Amino acid sequence: MRLRKVRIILAAVCFALVTLLFLDFTGTLHAWFGWLARVQFLPAVLALNAGVVVALLVLTLLFGRVYCSVICPLGVMQDIFGWFGRRQKKNRYAYSPALSWLRYGMLAVFLVALVAGAGSLAALLAPYSAYGRIASHLFAPLYRWGNNLLAYFAERLDSYAFYSAEVWMKGVGTFAVAAVTFVVLGILAWRNGRTYCNTVCPVGTVLGFFARYSLFRPVIDTDKCNGCTLCSRNCKAACIDIKTHRIDYSRCVACMDCIGKCRQGAISYRMRVSQPASAGAAEGGVSRRGFLTVAGLFAAASVVRAQEKTVDGGLAAIADKKAPSRATPIVPPGARGLRHMFQHCTACQLCVSVCPNEVLRPSSDWKTMMQPVMSYERGYCRPECTKCSEVCPAGAIRPITVADKSSTQIGHAVWVAANCVPLTDGVSCGNCARHCPTGAITMVSSEADNADAPKIPVVNTERCIGCGACENLCPARPFSAIYVEGHETHRTI
Amino acid sequence: MTTDNKHTMERREFLKRLGAGAAVTSLALAGCRSRGQGTTATDAVSADAIPTDRMTLRTNPKTGEQVSLLGYGCMRWPTLQEEGEPLDQETINRLVDTALEHGVNYFDTSPAYCRGRSERATGIALKRHPRDRYFIATKLSNFAPSTWSREASLAMYRNSFKELQVDYIDYMLLHGVGMGGMEALHGRYLDNGVLDFLLKEREAGRIRNLGFSYHGDIEVFDYLLANHDKYRWDFVQIQLNYLDWRHAREINPRNTNAEYLYGELEKRRIPAVIMEPLLGGRLSKVHDHIVARLKQREPERSVASWAFRYAGTHPGVLTVLSGMTYMEHLLDNLHTYCPLKPLTEEEMQYLYDTADLMMQYPTIPCNDCKYCMPCPYGLDIPAILLHYNKCVNQGNIPESAQAENYREARRAFLIGYDRSVPRLRQANHCIGCNQCVHHCPQSIDIPKELNRIDGFVEKLKQGVL
Repeated sequence: MRLRKVRIILAAVCFALVTLLFLDFTGTLHAWFGWLARVQFLPAVLALNAGVVVALLVLTLLFGRVYCSVICPLGVMQDIFGWFGRRQKKNRYAYSPALSWLRYGMLAVFLVALVAGAGSLAALLAPYSAYGRIASHLFAPLYRWGNNLLAYFAERLDSYAFYSAEVWMKGVGTFAVAAVTFVVLGILAWRNGRTYCNTVCPVGTVLGFFARYSLFRPVIDTDKCNGCTLCSRNCKAACIDIKTHRIDYSRCVACMDCIGKCRQGAISYRMRVSQPASAGAAEGGVSRRGFLTVAGLFAAASVVRAQEKTVDGGLAAIADKKAPSRATPIVPPGARGLRHMFQHCTACQLCVSVCPNEVLRPSSDWKTMMQPVMSYERGYCRPECTKCSEVCPAGAIRPITVADKSSTQIGHAVWVAANCVPLTDGVSCGNCARHCPTGAITMVSSEADNADAPKIPVVNTERCIGCGACENLCPARPFSAIYVEGHETHRTI
Repeated sequence: MTTDNKHTMERREFLKRLGAGAAVTSLALAGCRSRGQGTTATDAVSADAIPTDRMTLRTNPKTGEQVSLLGYGCMRWPTLQEEGEPLDQETINRLVDTALEHGVNYFDTSPAYCRGRSERATGIALKRHPRDRYFIATKLSNFAPSTWSREASLAMYRNSFKELQVDYIDYMLLHGVGMGGMEALHGRYLDNGVLDFLLKEREAGRIRNLGFSYHGDIEVFDYLLANHDKYRWDFVQIQLNYLDWRHAREINPRNTNAEYLYGELEKRRIPAVIMEPLLGGRLSKVHDHIVARLKQREPERSVASWAFRYAGTHPGVLTVLSGMTYMEHLLDNLHTYCPLKPLTEEEMQYLYDTADLMMQYPTIPCNDCKYCMPCPYGLDIPAILLHYNKCVNQGNIPESAQAENYREARRAFLIGYDRSVPRLRQANHCIGCNQCVHHCPQSIDIPKELNRIDGFVEKLKQGVL
């Protein structure tokens, strides 16, 4: 029972912190708990973070799939649903044989998708990514609305403690995927516990290989067992076959629920080599310490047309900007290019949640579905910000300094004469040139031999870094007169 | 006395509604408690506490009529929070009723004010009272070149009668002469014969007094006064307050000190109508040091009351216009002028010293008159400038990242900026088209100031101040 409590406490803490990573739009929590995203299995694999992958495998070899019970936020979320389900109806689960063909089939699909480059399919199956989508598309808006309520009151109290954050639909497709995932997993977990973890989840399947041989695992003492099936009916992984007194360790998530449920005290969590003796309590102590040590180990690892004015006052209506169709998508500095992003991104939405400039949003392209892309209708990639590169757990957006960012070319600006205000409205402008952080835009006369002709921007594409300041601040609406085309491979200028 | 930016207005509106009820009840209760909570404090006056027969009156030398020293400026009428922000007619009626009841009888409007809605709203409110109880002032606001033609100008003039529901106008003004220099004067009033027409209208009695309001190029002011014999100006509207008395030119070399303007009118015995006595609230929303300084002398009087007493103390002033959006503003001003307690020589000097102190704070001389609006590119120009001024007065414009209060000031500036001005209407969207510049009666180089504020914001955001 004490083991179960430790598990629940650790799980609750991990779950809360990982969720907060997606909710916190100020980016302050990442400095402290960003490592919690980096110790997630799939991001670690994609980041080629061998240390974390090995540590997780060792953890599983030692204690079974505690990863699934404690570290994985999607797993914990299902446990929460399951808990509600069990309150409604006790002893609701039952043993079911492993659906090996489904598990291995899913793993195979996942691996093929990953290797073949169908990243969006892989991201659809991956647990951490699925949770990220749920947190950033379903939970984060609620969190922000709550924050905005506080900001509303703060403003009335003349306090600057809270400021309001924009809530907007970042991607309909991804939102729909998140909502469907949330509902389906919710129903599955409510009724049957960890169905997803033991049939679909590729991480669960991989860890299951190792968990079979874990050093510590729950064991049924056949001498004490009276075959009441209470343990089996409370096993959310449906892995206790009480007829044969066997537990399928590849599916057991080491939740320790069965140990407390057994009225005979027949189940104990103990070391593989030790003899079944009455030394359970002492071992429990050891393993609990082990739990905490490993947890500690992770902690260490971590427009409007111009018109003549006749009356005073009023505000001109501002039409929303529309995204231009870009031949090449734009990905953030640090992503190195489309291929690197594509290969490493788990589509967890962490960068999307944390982007303070409303630039990043999930892609709706079928190939890169849910992976982040940039667009500048709502803001631009501000020179002082490197938030996405700081939070990416998968190494898709590598850490980058402000200085490096300002010399990384992620795209280049393209001028659209038909929209340019000096030509259409006959006024002087130059807002793009004025706001270009690299000075890549020069205003020149639109007629080479007439210095008085309207001035238009020309872009020195060698200096342009593709930050989108020009596109975002261009007065032409809904389509800007200057927009950014992405680069397949980022270059340093 | 001004509308603040939109958000503060909401807050104010909210507080006002909350406070209006509370003030009434608390004053009633205070009366019962008989603790003698005097009503001298302008922070807590009720309409009942102000005498209705003590308004200081000035005599129009031509007609002999008695004009209240407090004139109602109809440029800042309250609006509703609904789509399109229509004027709040119900509140306007109440404000007008209270003003008339306490002796205010001069109402100054224009076809351009409040997005062109002021005349009608003022007319509706005044129509509910006998025509001989008030004087209406309106203007020929043919600023836009498309209205410079004789036909368009006369159409605007005739429309004012319709909007105001009157058959004569007590005080008619050429609006904002000086803006655009002599060229605009010629284009708007001289070459098209509009001024001659207005002179005839005066003879016909449809205009009882003819004058002009002046901002900007001094050449125009001097020209019109030099021809006083020809035009016989019945009054002239000028900007006068204790800051502009001697500092107007210093604040902006294109403007002229009020001391000169008033002196020229005095010489010719032309009554002066005063506008911007409070600089759109800039003389009440002042730096904390200035508030303390003024409050120390008169702890129970508002900061604004100093500015109104100052304007009213000049004997050649016919009336002092105040754009009172809120009942609190109206009551405070009534309190000041029912009756006026003129400033002593020493108090005048005290205000001039205060003005010298104010000059140390680099606020932008925006009075929130909204003449620059609407900006065709959607910016909320006055809101941006007012936010900047607010931060100046609160000490939230850090000079460098090493400044003592840098972090708090940065936060206050940036968060307050987003609250006061929607992002799409902020200074970084100014394209520098310069269309606003010639509308500004204070001759502020708006694009330059917006550019400067944008640069400051960029430095704050990037942390490279």
